Amino acid sequence: MQKELLERALNINRRKFLASLSIGVGSVALGSLLMPDLFGGASDDAGFVPGIPHFAPKAKRVIYLFQNGAPSQLETFDHKPMLCEMMGENLPDSIRQGQRLTGMTSQQKTFPLVGSYYKFNQHGQSGAWVSELFPYMSKIVDDICIVKSMHTEAINHDPALTFFQTGNQQGARPSMGSWVSYGLGSENKNLPAFCVLLSRGKGNGQGVYSKLWSNGFLDSIHQGVQFSSGDNPVLYLQDPDGMDRNARRQMLDKIGELNEMDYKNFGDPEIATKIQQYETAFRMQTAVPDILDVTKESEDIVKLYGSECLVPGTYAANCLLARKLSENGVRFIQLYHQGWDQHGNLPIEMKGQAKDVDQASAALITDLKQRGLLDETLVIWGGEFGRTNYCQGKMTEDKYGRDHHPRCFSIWMAGGGIKPGMVYGETDEFGYNIVQNPVHVHDFQATVLNQLGLDHEKLVYLYQGRRFRLTDVEGKVVRDILS
Amino acid sequence: MCFLDDLIVNCSSPNDAQMRKLIVVSLLVVLVYLYSCTGNTVPGTDDTERISYNFQVRPIFSDKCFKCHGPDANKRQAGLRLDIESEAYKALKEHPRSHALVPGDPDQSELFIRVSSKDTGLQMPPLNSHLPSLTATEVAIIKKWIRQGAKYEKHWAFVAPVKPAIPKVSNTSWPKNQIDYFVLNEMEKHSFSPNEEADRERLLKRICFDLNGLPSTPEQAQKFLEDKSDNAYEKMVDALLQQPSYGERMALPWLDIARYADSHGYQDDNYRSQWPWRDWVIHAFNNNLSYDKFITWQMAGDLIPNATKEQILATGFNRNHKITEEGGVVDEEYRVEYVVDRTNTMSRGILGITMECAKCHDHKYDPFSQKDYYKMTAFFNSIKEVGLESSVGGPETYAKNPRMEITKEDLQGILKFVNKTDTNKLEVSVMKDRDTARTTYVLTRGNYDQHGDSVEPGTPASILSFPANYPGNRLGLAQWLFNEKNPLTARVFVNRIWQEFFGRGIVKSAADFGMQGDLPTHPALLDWLAVDFRENGWNIKRLVKQIVMSATYRQSAVISKDKLKNDPENIYLSRAPRMRLPAELVKDLVLASSGLLNRTIGGTSVKAYQPKGLWELATSGRGILASYKQDTGQAVYRRGMYTFIKRTVPPPNMMIFDAGSRDQCEVKRSRTNTPLQALIMMNDPAVLEASLALSDQLLKKGNASAANVEEAFRKIICRIPDRKEMGILTEYWNEKQTLFKTDKKSAEKIIAVGQYKPVTKNTAELAALMQVIQVIYNMEEAITKT
Repeated sequence: MQKELLERALNINRRKFLASLSIGVGSVALGSLLMPDLFGGASDDAGFVPGIPHFAPKAKRVIYLFQNGAPSQLETFDHKPMLCEMMGENLPDSIRQGQRLTGMTSQQKTFPLVGSYYKFNQHGQSGAWVSELFPYMSKIVDDICIVKSMHTEAINHDPALTFFQTGNQQGARPSMGSWVSYGLGSENKNLPAFCVLLSRGKGNGQGVYSKLWSNGFLDSIHQGVQFSSGDNPVLYLQDPDGMDRNARRQMLDKIGELNEMDYKNFGDPEIATKIQQYETAFRMQTAVPDILDVTKESEDIVKLYGSECLVPGTYAANCLLARKLSENGVRFIQLYHQGWDQHGNLPIEMKGQAKDVDQASAALITDLKQRGLLDETLVIWGGEFGRTNYCQGKMTEDKYGRDHHPRCFSIWMAGGGIKPGMVYGETDEFGYNIVQNPVHVHDFQATVLNQLGLDHEKLVYLYQGRRFRLTDVEGKVVRDILS
Repeated sequence: MCFLDDLIVNCSSPNDAQMRKLIVVSLLVVLVYLYSCTGNTVPGTDDTERISYNFQVRPIFSDKCFKCHGPDANKRQAGLRLDIESEAYKALKEHPRSHALVPGDPDQSELFIRVSSKDTGLQMPPLNSHLPSLTATEVAIIKKWIRQGAKYEKHWAFVAPVKPAIPKVSNTSWPKNQIDYFVLNEMEKHSFSPNEEADRERLLKRICFDLNGLPSTPEQAQKFLEDKSDNAYEKMVDALLQQPSYGERMALPWLDIARYADSHGYQDDNYRSQWPWRDWVIHAFNNNLSYDKFITWQMAGDLIPNATKEQILATGFNRNHKITEEGGVVDEEYRVEYVVDRTNTMSRGILGITMECAKCHDHKYDPFSQKDYYKMTAFFNSIKEVGLESSVGGPETYAKNPRMEITKEDLQGILKFVNKTDTNKLEVSVMKDRDTARTTYVLTRGNYDQHGDSVEPGTPASILSFPANYPGNRLGLAQWLFNEKNPLTARVFVNRIWQEFFGRGIVKSAADFGMQGDLPTHPALLDWLAVDFRENGWNIKRLVKQIVMSATYRQSAVISKDKLKNDPENIYLSRAPRMRLPAELVKDLVLASSGLLNRTIGGTSVKAYQPKGLWELATSGRGILASYKQDTGQAVYRRGMYTFIKRTVPPPNMMIFDAGSRDQCEVKRSRTNTPLQALIMMNDPAVLEASLALSDQLLKKGNASAANVEEAFRKIICRIPDRKEMGILTEYWNEKQTLFKTDKKSAEKIIAVGQYKPVTKNTAELAALMQVIQVIYNMEEAITKT
């Protein structure tokens, strides 16, 4: 019965689609979630065909490990020994070049340089410098590409985060994951194309906002769906107490029968869609907990990610879930780990944050690699801007803070056609300005889309008379880092 | 074929775009065939037909040419400008012996040669523009337009509307008022005939939701069915227009436009106390404040001589934008952002234009220069405000300067519609100008710190120049909005109200009447309604009544196969739309039908049931909104519109049903149909609790019987079930009764939802009927306006 009903609904849609060349909004939304192939032949006037890449993709999926709050590049990947030597000396004006500062340090009388409390060592074949805070990530440097020359326009968290995720500081635009969902659709009919996972460290946090995974002006089917590793992994997924699967099935059959009658009376294709959406919901109820169940993971895997991966809501658990969701065809998985905003007490706070993320981040790369999935999965690790080379507030050797710094910061990317074992871009010896190969946020976004087979200038959506893009009016693919 | 042209012109969403491509593809097939047979005949453009620049040519230019040959001087290529007649006729700068347009002679017109060329070196638009080539139909339209003399017209929306004559129709018995003549005229032109009038129960449900946002009750339905008088429908409409819930229903879309919310909107996103402004909006609609006053007070209530506190409260409209509390931001950057937000909100929400496109450069499609943009911002640039007034803190941060205190006296007097129940100090952000105006500059590339030329307050001449005798402030701006020569204000409002009732506006792009916007499907009707509205004192209730009294509105929503095939989007309005209720009304239906609804109007927003941990996971821990403290008691049963909106983490059960995020001005919500919505109807405790409450109330009245099932159906679906429906439901009810009689444990668990305490002792009966009710709530028809 259930299958029949679904088939019928599908046929109604297909038939109607072909016969009338039009369909309700919901039906199309349904199409992109359930049947990415349904609209395969159709195309936007702007030359964009939803569901089909513009060119052969290197990556099929993205896992974005967002380090929310902006980890300091100077204690992670950008090794600046000179700052230790010049400890306490004032930042020369010739280096600052009138850079605007946040209201938190613009009143400071001096800008004393401060070097990393943590030591740096070179690792792997590539000889990349990594701080001692990240012993696990140090071991995967030959699998990743460290970009030390990222820069952005915003100097505060909210606009900078929003800029990274939506291409616009003031929001109201679709998130990167929504664009990808719109561009490529879903690989798994029981899962959303764009999933979001949140965790938080003990460091000074800045919060995240659901507007960061908003669909903006795209249909809400492209909205990021928040997943968690608790009892209720997707909002409203869990049936109430006292209702088992059979009872739910029985109830849905009755609802389906009534809705079928309604459809006969009114002929509205939205009703057929509704019938189908209930069936999808029913399947999601079993499929999602099944996919998210970590109890079936082997001991080796638990060891790889660290035992924290069994504790719901931790970064490690989310990394493991990300792998599982990705493996099951989710296009874009967005993690946020909060707590990276070290205006003061940086050495201690960063140690905690690093401990939260180091092992699991590295494990994710190793895990994907051993499953042969790293080639087709693009993994990104990084925050929304960098931090100043001078101290904010009081300074001692083991206690200092760093303010926001948009002019340079470090992220890494791996898999999905990105050159492994590479360090890209250089900053000056003060770690303040970029001296080689700058990568703007829009360049980064263009590159991510490029790896997915999407031309960032062609992935457009006509809204209020304008063709909008993730990269707005800028962005160049960073070809140097492509393998 | 003519119809297909219309379709092509009227498609704009991406979904439509997909269709559009298919239509175009199929057209091409037909075209190739026709060309091969007859040489010259092009569908939709037979020789006697006059090509309209505004309706046929300009949309092509706007979409595919103006980007490089339009109003934006900085992006203009080859010195060619096609949006202005005299410029387009000039000899080409790069080829002085050629002309883009030679009226009467397409083959001498470089424009035609280029757009019809197959040579990629010559073809326009060029490959690197990323713009699609012109379709064969478009090329044919341009050819014919040039042959007919290449005459330009001013953009329709920038010419003040003139009241057109009522058109003639063949079926003179159908129209009930003027609207119907316009609609039927178009239907007859395209060989459609209207649907029958909807049956009374469904019609009643429709007007109850449209006018009050609440379901009709079985008692109302009974009364309406029994009233055999000729004006039974009108009496019902009049009664609903008098209900206080009318103001709530009308306020809802306005809150989207006004981006109203209960938090400041950035980063920690702490609490703001702007709700008295929302109470005013409800009050204003219930009082039937005329639209000119409604807007004038909101734009400039503080500048009206001897302004009352009510008029000042109304100006909260321009302070509903997001305000940062993030320590360390550059003050001026955010102050400018607020000015920009106000300008964009007025442009989009009241004028229906995309003025914001001219923030960084001249508008690429519409005749608005960057200077025009900053002249508009000048009206909003002298507010006594700063970018960052305070960081997350106590009550002193809940409203930002300039602000107004609402006193006890106000609450007993002029502001008695403000529903304040506590004794705390209450302040609201409002508008107030500085003593000396700030100089407004053109901001280069839109950057707050890159000042260009200074500008005076003003409005785009392409819409209507700002009269010299108007004051150069917000009050003058309001006068300008309601100047009878203003071509936009009335059209945009009647269109948006139309959209509320029919699901799409006469102009589908309700926030863009510019050159890239959709063309009106019924231009004469739009103009008639606009002028009529203005001539009748901008009377909103009158306009609303006019619409719901029309035969057009009263049609049934049945979609015949023919109509679905020939007019899937219902452009010709030969049936009533069938639409899912807006998010807030889904909740209202659930609460009202179950008897749980708390009818209190206004007041502080409420925190109803919400999955745990959402606020807690997304916060730094600062402020009173760091954790979600759910309300209890009657507060959780308030109408959907009173749900607390924390901008950065809006209520998920609202967002999943496409509620506005209130981030920026929003004129039209999307309307989707997703599995997550099904999950909400299946599992949201609010729906489960309502099912329990209704079950309890029905069982309280007497013994369990099928009559209970029928009554539940009537309360939720708003009509009497037919025999088959009753058959399905009673069968299910019987099964559940049998089951729960033996499985008491499951029954106990089932009824343990929400805070509701049932009085019915028979758990099995309670659970069985409750589940039947859940089935009814999950019927598609329950949350659909039919």
